[in-house]
Amino acid sequence: MFYRENGQFKTSYRADQQIFPIDQDRWLVLALLAVVCLVVPALASDYLLRAILVPFLILALAAIGVNVLVGYCGQISMGSGAFMAMGAYMAYNSLVRVDGMPLIVALLIGGLCATVFGVLFGLPSLRVKGLYLAVATLAAQFFADWMFLRVKWFTNDSPSGSVSVSNLQLMGWSIDTPVEKYLFCLGFVVVFAWLAKNLVRSAIGREWMAIRDMDVAAAVIGIRPMYAKLTAFAVSSFIIGVAGGLWAFVHLGAWEPAAFGVERSFQLLFMIIIGGLGSIVGAFFGAAFIVLLPIFLNQSLPVLGALVGVSISTTGVAHAEAMVFGALIVWFLIVEPHGLGRLWALGKQKMRTWPFPH
Amino acid sequence: MAFFLESLFGGLMAGMLYSLVALGFVLIFKASGVFNFAQGAMVLFAALAMARFSTWVPQWIGIESLILANAIAFVLAAALMWVVAWLIERLVLRHLVNQEGVTLLMATLGITYFLDGLGQTLFGSNIYAINVGMPKDPVFLMESTFPGGVLINLEDVYAACIAALLVGALSLFFQKTSTGRALRAVADDHQAAQSIGIALNRIWVIVWFVAGVTALVAGIIWGSKLGVQFSLTTLALRALPVVILGGLTSVPGAIIGGLIIGVGEKLSEVYLGPFVGGGIEIWFAYVLALVFLLFRPQGLFGEKIIDRV
Repeated sequence: MFYRENGQFKTSYRADQQIFPIDQDRWLVLALLAVVCLVVPALASDYLLRAILVPFLILALAAIGVNVLVGYCGQISMGSGAFMAMGAYMAYNSLVRVDGMPLIVALLIGGLCATVFGVLFGLPSLRVKGLYLAVATLAAQFFADWMFLRVKWFTNDSPSGSVSVSNLQLMGWSIDTPVEKYLFCLGFVVVFAWLAKNLVRSAIGREWMAIRDMDVAAAVIGIRPMYAKLTAFAVSSFIIGVAGGLWAFVHLGAWEPAAFGVERSFQLLFMIIIGGLGSIVGAFFGAAFIVLLPIFLNQSLPVLGALVGVSISTTGVAHAEAMVFGALIVWFLIVEPHGLGRLWALGKQKMRTWPFPH
Repeated sequence: MAFFLESLFGGLMAGMLYSLVALGFVLIFKASGVFNFAQGAMVLFAALAMARFSTWVPQWIGIESLILANAIAFVLAAALMWVVAWLIERLVLRHLVNQEGVTLLMATLGITYFLDGLGQTLFGSNIYAINVGMPKDPVFLMESTFPGGVLINLEDVYAACIAALLVGALSLFFQKTSTGRALRAVADDHQAAQSIGIALNRIWVIVWFVAGVTALVAGIIWGSKLGVQFSLTTLALRALPVVILGGLTSVPGAIIGGLIIGVGEKLSEVYLGPFVGGGIEIWFAYVLALVFLLFRPQGLFGEKIIDRV
């Protein structure tokens, strides 16, 4: 009724190729941006910002990075936690070892180091495919776990192995309240989501998708598999590395290698599977789902238990949480294997053609 | 030299146990194309069931004999694994036929969470002991050849024998029984097997049950060594390099890969570890497997991957 492109005539190729070709979409996104930039900081409580929105934004950024590699280029990676760790530790090192290092430059250096690390562990992908590659990427994960625990240089010789940053400064503006942290992360997420969306629509993005759909056929029509796969690893690990830096600096403040363990890699994979492989907006849905679900279960299970007259202990809640989480994941994969991103696209299509779908 | 032999034997014993877990992976992958991440959770679940049943059974029916109690507990735990296999086939696999490999992999990760939660809810989350009467004493071998001899844990020898017995029994089952033949047919070609009247669903339940039993045996052996605790689930991550080294589709590959990884990580930890700060065994196994893969992308014994446009 109100959501369709009737009467919006495109007169140039540029206009036809916009990210949001329908005017209504563009207004909606602008309105959404206005809400998240102005209304949310004004209204949200500190708890909401600190415990939900900041982790959501950072993990959504990481999920976009994983999606570039897994969803667009089809190379299953279970080493995302290692790339996050690399970003976090190298950003930390560049911040503490160089005097007057600006925060953003430190985060980007972390991302670049993660890129190098990612390309290095992406090299086997030229030879090894599919599930063999998935397991091979776990090598990156366990190597990083060990390296940040045992090699003292990375932790600046701190005796306990845990490192911390405080007093984050951005050109004289100190980031310490939850609202400022939220806005700082939001800036990164908006910029990187926009860059990623444009990248996957460009020539290189189409090469990734060709490799994903069938690598031999792609090579036959002149796409260089090595170039396409390694650029996907590079772009993906850069974004994941920056997200890792944000996660460590802004969300955690003080951290140990365990913060970027193999569970983190699985969590990121869950996000993009639930959100939808090969969908930027899906990364946001998936991140929201995975961040909110444990909090929701944690709050609701004791209440539900009290309703039926069973008091559940804390460990009982943790176990029940794991059960419900696992069951929901499986259920989700069964009913919508293409993820929330597909549901969103279907819904938009239904609206566009309503009330005459044929 | 004696020290080298000790490390070598230790590695071989550990490798035998990795082979058991890897065997579960390979069986399921061959029969249903599912890369089963839940194998580690199944080890924990089965071991918890075994540990608890072996203490509960004497209380319920009042028998004194340790062997009888353990036997009954083993049968009960195996029956429980049958139920788990049936439920997984019924509720998960049946609905995910023809999905991509990564979706199935994620589904088994979901099963992992569920089994971890369920096992600890049903059986409690403390550390439990399994006592199946394995001797704990170390013995010295070849004292005449080397000064001081070679120290061997008798428990490890028994464990290796049990693992070898299980592998032998499994290969007999696969070669000599009609169900085993059906399983091999399904592993070769799903559609051809279906067209001659083999019911895939039944085969899947059987194969998950067999994987459950190997998980149970692995769980008993590790549990009686270290106690049944949550860290048993990490056994799956330790066994993954074995699977890709040996090839996802090869049973002999799982066994030989297990021995290579077991020996490799033990020797690397002993001889290489001190130079780089120790604790390298877990990633060393992966890197070892990765180097092998660079030369043979399908693993040592895996089926050759042929790409066609």
